[in-house]
Amino acid sequence: MGLSSHFFSYENHNVRLYKGSTNAAPLPAASITSFTSRKHKPSFNKMATLTVSRPLFGGFSFENCKRNALLEGEANKVGCSLPAARKTGTTICGVVFKDGIVLGADTRATEGMIVADKNCSKIHYISPNIYCCGAGTAADTEMTTQIISSNLELHALSTGRLPRVATANRMLKQMLFRYQGYIGAALVLGGVDCNGPHLYSIYPHGSTDKLPYVTMGSGSLAAMAVFEDRYKPDMEEEDAKRLVRDAIAAGIFNDLGSGSNIDLCVITKGKVDYIRPHDEANKKGVRTGDYKYKRGTTGVLTKAVTPLALEVVEETVQTMDTS
Amino acid sequence: MKASSRLLNSSLSKLDGSIHEQRMRSGTTLREKMAAAAMVPIFGQNVSDKYDLVPDWTSREVSTGTTIMAVEYDGGVVIGADSRTTTGAYIANRVTDKLTPIHDRIFCCRSGSAADTQAIADVVTYQLGFHSIELDEPPLVETAANLFKASCYRYREELTAGILVAGWDRRKGGQVYCVPIGGMLVRQPVSVGGSGSSYIYGFMDSNYKPGLSKDQCLELTAAALSLAMERRRLQWRRGQTGKHL
Repeated sequence: MGLSSHFFSYENHNVRLYKGSTNAAPLPAASITSFTSRKHKPSFNKMATLTVSRPLFGGFSFENCKRNALLEGEANKVGCSLPAARKTGTTICGVVFKDGIVLGADTRATEGMIVADKNCSKIHYISPNIYCCGAGTAADTEMTTQIISSNLELHALSTGRLPRVATANRMLKQMLFRYQGYIGAALVLGGVDCNGPHLYSIYPHGSTDKLPYVTMGSGSLAAMAVFEDRYKPDMEEEDAKRLVRDAIAAGIFNDLGSGSNIDLCVITKGKVDYIRPHDEANKKGVRTGDYKYKRGTTGVLTKAVTPLALEVVEETVQTMDTS
Repeated sequence: MKASSRLLNSSLSKLDGSIHEQRMRSGTTLREKMAAAAMVPIFGQNVSDKYDLVPDWTSREVSTGTTIMAVEYDGGVVIGADSRTTTGAYIANRVTDKLTPIHDRIFCCRSGSAADTQAIADVVTYQLGFHSIELDEPPLVETAANLFKASCYRYREELTAGILVAGWDRRKGGQVYCVPIGGMLVRQPVSVGGSGSSYIYGFMDSNYKPGLSKDQCLELTAAALSLAMERRRLQWRRGQTGKHL
């Protein structure tokens, strides 16, 4: 059963406790208290894997949760609240067409009720043939995709082959499951590899679905409605782009958490088209009126000019570096 | 240390209300769980109130509100499942394949949390494949069932997974093993699972007889699953308040 230690963090946590880890606070993960009494031989025998990347072990450290709860309580008593994590209340979607994948995303990032970024990029690079849209907490999606992109590049150097979408999917789902949903990253992963085009949706708790069309984020219901109406298998590229554009537009105009522009990413065998922006659905309007007054609007009654005798005390010249 | 950790433990299990409630009553629908504890995080504050822009169901865990079934017959097994995965009231995937191959002649039917069951199935597939190579012959269904039981029982506090392991091997022929939430293991000639299974216990008791043929088993499975899915659909509709059919 030691093999499962590769996938479940709980065992590794046990090992750390025995070694007198520096986590001085009560328990890293309270859920494993029931196991501390068992004598557990730390097992690090992993099967030879192709990953040269640094193995991620240990899971979420719950040390500071109690302290954070107390701090939040005290802050609320005074009347202020802790800063909100920036979420991308989002519409992201992907579709498989005849030659490949089309991924789409809106570009609004919200912080509570305020738009934090009017033009953020939600389609992340994983590998030359694989891209990933991210919904949920902005930091989580950004970091998760970067970590997996890095690991996948090392893996590809190790195998000497172009990475497969299924590999990226496995890495992402195993990482998210290890953190039991605390990493708020809902992803749409798509790419083309030696076995053809593949599209996965990955949920924060670590479950994945392999489907011909997927939507995620707060605007996913609106986008899914468009897909369910107009999706056909084996579409042409232009039809697929139009479908994805319409799906994201539905999310943008019907969901408050999504907005601004529509980004598209078309992945085919050997070519990637990152179209940013594909459609500026919400352009800032031009002011039609002007509050400036023309010269002469106010009549001048009297004019008195008083010259001031100023003496130059000190003069310094600072040259600008224009090289 | 144990007292504080148990406190943390109990509040942790409230985090995903499904774990806590499901232990009490099997066959609870996700609807009831949602109503009971609206995804209250560990700190006792309902974070989702502050962020009205992002609706509740985006933060819910994905669950297979399910009906699964497995029947033994002479020479094999028949397994069946519905195809719906839900996050709260939204159907995340309407074409899910809940019948997962573990080995050439061994399958498992997954119910409960989608993430948990997918992870467990991946682990067991790996372990069983390794074991089979060591053995140099096809593995036994009982072995697969015991591997599921080992994972489900050891991590019983963290997991929500109800699994039916079914397959064929040379020693004992077609076998069905039931590994419900909590990690019990028991062999049964016919077994149903998932939150929709409560609707068809009566149907199973009256319609199953030992010694059915393969076609009869297929018919029985199809009929039972359709019944359960229909009943779940009507139960969901009746349970809605303020919304209309």
